[in-house]
Amino acid sequence: MFIIPSIARAYDYINISNPFIKKTPVAIPEFKVFTGHPAEIRAGQLARQILEQSLDFTGYLKTMNPAAFLSEPSKTGIQLGQINFRDWTGIGAELLITGGILEQNGKVKLELRLFDTFSTSLVVGKLYSGPVSQIRKMVHMFCSEISRKLTGKWGVFNSRIAFVSTINGHKEIFTCDFDGHNIKQLTFHKSITLSPAWSYDGKWLAYVSYAKGGPDIFIRNLKEKRGAIVNYKGMNISPSWMPGHAELAATLSFSGDPEIYLLTLKGEIIKRVTKSWGIDVSPRFSPDGKKIVFTSKRAGTPQIYIKDLESGEVRRLTFTGFNNTSPAWSPDGRKIAYVGIKDNNINIYIMDIESGMPVQLTMNSGDNEDPCWSPDGSMLCFTSDRQGGIPRIFVMNASGTDQRMLFKMKGRQTQPAWSVSAAVTD
Amino acid sequence: MKNRVWMNILLAVLVAGLFLTVSCAKKTVVTDATTIEDQAKAQQDADAKAKAEQEAERIAQQKLADQRAKEQAMKEAKIAAAKQRFVNQNVHFAFDSSDLSSMAKMILKEKAAWLKANPMVSVTIEGHCDERGTTEYNLALGERRAAAVKAYMIDLGISPSRLDTISYGEERPLDTRKTEEAYRKNRRAHFVIN
Repeated sequence: MFIIPSIARAYDYINISNPFIKKTPVAIPEFKVFTGHPAEIRAGQLARQILEQSLDFTGYLKTMNPAAFLSEPSKTGIQLGQINFRDWTGIGAELLITGGILEQNGKVKLELRLFDTFSTSLVVGKLYSGPVSQIRKMVHMFCSEISRKLTGKWGVFNSRIAFVSTINGHKEIFTCDFDGHNIKQLTFHKSITLSPAWSYDGKWLAYVSYAKGGPDIFIRNLKEKRGAIVNYKGMNISPSWMPGHAELAATLSFSGDPEIYLLTLKGEIIKRVTKSWGIDVSPRFSPDGKKIVFTSKRAGTPQIYIKDLESGEVRRLTFTGFNNTSPAWSPDGRKIAYVGIKDNNINIYIMDIESGMPVQLTMNSGDNEDPCWSPDGSMLCFTSDRQGGIPRIFVMNASGTDQRMLFKMKGRQTQPAWSVSAAVTD
Repeated sequence: MKNRVWMNILLAVLVAGLFLTVSCAKKTVVTDATTIEDQAKAQQDADAKAKAEQEAERIAQQKLADQRAKEQAMKEAKIAAAKQRFVNQNVHFAFDSSDLSSMAKMILKEKAAWLKANPMVSVTIEGHCDERGTTEYNLALGERRAAAVKAYMIDLGISPSRLDTISYGEERPLDTRKTEEAYRKNRRAHFVIN
């Protein structure tokens, strides 16, 4: 699977959860074109542009301005042995990506190589073939390879984000690529539709809809036409999938009190998880599936708790502020992102579970809600109404830097949910 | 001379006879015509009188009907107003609370009285929240609000079978502004007649 495994092992992983991370400069010179006809040149420029945007999207790489480049691999050669690495180390490039493209009748062969300029070695090289329309996908597959080599994780490039948007007076679920491209409407209930949740393998999506009158949970297989509706009496809300299992946690109120339950794929109750009077809502699993973090009002104000599913032990996590909700467990298992309200300001906080110290990630920029983690844990996606009071989907690095709007579309967008990144297979 | 007298007498008799005959025939005809004329007028007068009486009766009836309709309309308006009040008067809550204030209880007592006066009616109690707080938490909070109202209505003697609940969380604000006034309006339980 890896072209040069020994070098991959030798490369120091970039610690993407380090909040003081310095972005690694990467040089991406113009791609080599093999025949040089206009369609090929255009395809090469497009591929290079997508590559730049995608790598800049990560919180740990920074593409360099080509004006500084001293050599042109598109003319002198894009392979190891044809590259003068001193030209690149000399301008501060720690990584170099070369590309070559061949276009024939709407089909392309795209070869991409990532070099470590200081160790003068090829980190990963891949050749992709397919129709021109698939260039974006090819580049993203290569970005996943880069992420795998540099961080040990597949990254975000193969992931999608589900979210809620208003449309024609209703709320429906939409999806987009990790970078906000490729927006598609997924549900057409013409109703209030909320709380999308991806299964651990990205094949299922659970969500809440009032399509049948009250809030029910819809469990849908995205490829095949099958699924289930969880519609116990009362409300059926806040679904969340267990990692590695076809099971969900959700809040049901048929007992007269909202409690968290474990459910099968068909909506059958496996067991009741919480047993306390008052609100218990928004369960999210730890990455190992052994614990859940959730919001409870058992102490009078909404606070965040962690429950061990085996021992049944519950501990309270948040002690500052009177309104802490919407927890999200980091993929490395060590942190909880959540929403805190103080003096009518709604902001996103992150807490190291062990130390219990909260860190505020958003401030003085509108209301910020619905944090969710990127599959590699390097970023957070969230809702912010900082631009004109209209909620939009934003992303930031897990340290709180580089906060930016992911895309702009009509209506109001809320409740993003980030899918896993499917592994890239050769 | 004697002859002349007789002639005159005869003539007078003849003339008188003629006159009498003529006047006799004429007298009969006139008498009959007068009688007919008198009868027609009496009939006319009687008809007019009957008509007037009928009209007066009709007006009286109409007035009565109008009065009845007015009273009915007023009664209906009163019923409609009571119904409108039942539907439109919301119960409000403090931030992050599903506790019923004394004001809320007063409104609910009125609603319970209305439900008792209208035993065929069943209702859905909607729980709503202001936009602060997260979507899922607010769905649960809205449910607690609806449940608190339902429990109090049951305490007031309304059968649970007539009381459904649903939470809309922060999904259906009455006022979308970001002001305390808007938040207060939106934190509500609302009754809908099924």
